[in-house]
Amino acid sequence: MNLFSVSNDLSNGGLRRRELLSLSAGLGLSFVLPGMSGRAAEKRGHERATSLITLWMHGGPSQLETWDPHPGTVVGGPTQAIDTTIPGTQIAAHLPAMAEQLQHLSVIRSLVSKEGDHERGTYFVKTGYRPDPTVLHPAIGALIPYELKNSSLEIPAYVSLGEGQWPGRGGYLGDEYDAFRIFEPGQGLHNMRARVGDRRQDNRIEGLSMLSNSFRKGRGQLADRTMHQRTVEQALTMMNSDQLKAFEIEEEPEPTRKRYGDTRFGRGCLVARRLIETGVRSVEVSLSGFDSHANNFEAHQNRAAELDPAFAALIDDLRQRDLYDSTIVLCIGEFGRTPRINPLDGRDHWPNGFSAVVGGGGLRSGVVIGETDPSGENKDPADPVKVQDLYATILSQLSIDPDKELMTPIGRPLYLCEGTPLPQLLRS
Amino acid sequence: MFKRLKIYGPAIALVIALGAMIRATAFPTVEARIAEDAPREIVIPNQSVIDQVNDWYRKSWESQGFTRAKFANDLTVLRRLSLALHGTIPSLEEIRRFEADPRPQRLALWCREMLDDSRYGDYFAERLTRAFVGTQQQPFLVFRRDRFKNWIAEQVQDNRPYDEMIREIIAKEGLWTGDPATNFVTHAVNDGDIDENKLAGKTVRAVLGQRIDCAQCHDHPFADWKQQQFEQLAAFYGQTRISPFGIADDPKVVYEIEDTQTLENREVSPAVPFNAEWKPDGGTRREQLAAWCTSPENRRFARAAVNRIWAQMFGKAWSEGAPYYARIDDLPDPEKDAETDPIPLDMLADAFVESGFDVAEMIQTIAALDVFRLSSATDVPDDELKEHVDHWAVFPLVRLRPEQIVGSMMQATSIKTLDQNSHLLTRTLRLINENDFLKEYGDLGADEFEERSGTVPQALLRMNGRLFGDSIKPNPLNATPRIAIAASSPDVLLETCFLTCLSRRPTGEEAHYFLNEWMENNSRKPGERAYDLYWILINSPEFSWNH
Repeated sequence: MNLFSVSNDLSNGGLRRRELLSLSAGLGLSFVLPGMSGRAAEKRGHERATSLITLWMHGGPSQLETWDPHPGTVVGGPTQAIDTTIPGTQIAAHLPAMAEQLQHLSVIRSLVSKEGDHERGTYFVKTGYRPDPTVLHPAIGALIPYELKNSSLEIPAYVSLGEGQWPGRGGYLGDEYDAFRIFEPGQGLHNMRARVGDRRQDNRIEGLSMLSNSFRKGRGQLADRTMHQRTVEQALTMMNSDQLKAFEIEEEPEPTRKRYGDTRFGRGCLVARRLIETGVRSVEVSLSGFDSHANNFEAHQNRAAELDPAFAALIDDLRQRDLYDSTIVLCIGEFGRTPRINPLDGRDHWPNGFSAVVGGGGLRSGVVIGETDPSGENKDPADPVKVQDLYATILSQLSIDPDKELMTPIGRPLYLCEGTPLPQLLRS
Repeated sequence: MFKRLKIYGPAIALVIALGAMIRATAFPTVEARIAEDAPREIVIPNQSVIDQVNDWYRKSWESQGFTRAKFANDLTVLRRLSLALHGTIPSLEEIRRFEADPRPQRLALWCREMLDDSRYGDYFAERLTRAFVGTQQQPFLVFRRDRFKNWIAEQVQDNRPYDEMIREIIAKEGLWTGDPATNFVTHAVNDGDIDENKLAGKTVRAVLGQRIDCAQCHDHPFADWKQQQFEQLAAFYGQTRISPFGIADDPKVVYEIEDTQTLENREVSPAVPFNAEWKPDGGTRREQLAAWCTSPENRRFARAAVNRIWAQMFGKAWSEGAPYYARIDDLPDPEKDAETDPIPLDMLADAFVESGFDVAEMIQTIAALDVFRLSSATDVPDDELKEHVDHWAVFPLVRLRPEQIVGSMMQATSIKTLDQNSHLLTRTLRLINENDFLKEYGDLGADEFEERSGTVPQALLRMNGRLFGDSIKPNPLNATPRIAIAASSPDVLLETCFLTCLSRRPTGEEAHYFLNEWMENNSRKPGERAYDLYWILINSPEFSWNH
């Protein structure tokens, strides 16, 4: 059967093709089957969490200039602190909007890792596993769409927005679970438009279908295993999908766009909300520029000017739209920065006692876990938290069993996550 | 800056033009070389091992009831060779010349000539570089990946014995700029120190095709390697030091590691896990390790090398099929009866040792095997196909690597062969285009021979991407309008496009389909037809897969 046969009446080309595609693709492909609605927006209220937004702070943000300031101490530097809506908890003064929103989130100030290199640290914090030359682990962001399939989604279920150097990968789950990258969120999509008009495009697709069938002869199952035809069909479905609008922000009212900030990160956070609303399971929004070996304080002030409005607007927006209970939001980077301030007024890599902020998805809010030594003498934080435990918490909250084992291509079964959920963050 | 460019611009252009002229004189084209060498006969190296392997497979298929696929036609095999050795499909120019080549055994001859082309050294070097240092560019300053790769390319092009090259990679002393082999050591520099564990694990994987890394932290429950053996292997790198003068070994250094149980430092002396008699007593520790690894007696070394060359040729390691079903760096221990009842991997490994570790000869040997020449299409029932492929009774389908895709796209959009003899501007454009494309298409990293399917972003990039879209648009600089103008009839146009993109002619059914379609839409100009057809051909699975 020719999946792409098109009738001669092409007066209504775009729509017709879309219909045909949905119909034909549905014959063999579950991803466009009209299953249960996956639109998060239609699942409002206190339902289980279904999505994760990760705000990725690329370069290793200083805990002292964000969520764990120690003003007035030797290690604290010039950074001031302000009160937040979590009583008794202060954060850096250049995050005033987040200070307002903090009651809806929890703060972890004692994350520990053994990876002080950017690439290795990123690998570890994104996957919960240390780099292992024998197997490529999937990022936590890829595990979620793998475990929580959304059959009505026509766009990728895992999206990376912004300039992040090492976006999350599908690892042993396969390349199809790699994050779909958008470098400039909210500013149009690349490669999404056919380069010729509808009618010619239809002819091309018909010819392609013919050639694909021709290649299938004598190769059958092997040709199917290449997934070539399937990825082409998915791409075509995506190109013709109304869900692509989730990547655009023109429809958003001006005040909303302003709240998020007219920055790449701000636009990324707004697109993230729109993607989640459309049913995307996992979105990573990256903010770069935290690798402040010199001029640490200025760098963090500049980054905060982008992070603070966008993050706060995102939390507020998700809450306003009743999406917060179904969406976990995590703000984290590959490591923190040294308490010691170096001669260049910078801070170096510090994987021992760094911070993250997490909330939404029904997680407990207003909790502060761990503490670092204000004098900087004791390197180990109180109540240390493993990244794996944080991810076990997130997976559990998404109704995914972290203890589930998957067989990897090297024949070694691996847990989805080697951690234990943090009871402080789970509602009993 | 622009002002400067204005002044120097013409001078630079002149230098480039002169360079191109000198180069053209100094390096004759492949065509010229063939003309000179035309009458020669080829003696396929290792004919006896070729017969031995062919026999083994014939008997194996018979006894297990497998039906061998028919032999693929010569153009399909030429495409495989070109993808394996040059990283691109053959150009239209090459196809025409190949078809006009009257010499008997032309495939064997072409294989040998492809090994003389610098594209072979470059492409093979990239693969080997990945095995040893991955795709990383760091650590900055002390690690020069490009120098390492270029050095390997030179060794490969000169067909330096494989064991010699590996010994230099493991044991070389000197500066990472002047002695590029030392970049294997510097790639494992972390915070100013050499990571002995990384080097030990990488050595065993890349050189012996086995994994010991798991034993870094614990005795592995499933493997024979013990943690102590790993530590002792790492100790061979324990005296290696980095300084502004380069990489050197200091025999006075005592290698100590922190005991994971007692948290106290303890000395570890180097030792090999088996056959210590292969290890010489003299030389630096690294030289001892290098000699032990590459000993002609060390079957693991030759097996790993042959398995890697096989992977280069087929896009899939020998070990990935029956009976091992193992990744390229996870070979089982050699068979106990390897000498009396060898399997094909051991037959080839023995021939490799006997040849003095001659890589070019092994490539030609594998290229001449029946299994390399079989078709990827067959009549066997669907549910038996995979097993047939696992036993090499049917040629496997393997996704082209991103750089093979982009190389092939660029080649398909140019009629002439894109190689070292191409105009500098063409090559520069190709490089820029390739890098942009690779970034978007996604690199596979070091895990290069994993079985993988395509992805949606790749499909979008091929279908709608700028690089390819611009290269096939009917404008005067591109191949499509030129093919259209030169084609005397729609049949010729169709055939030329098929040859350029898929290295074959259309089937009767395909020709019927497209010629009919062109008749129905007869308002479309030939250039536009070629444009549409190119789009279809390049987006077809046949283009993106080695078959």
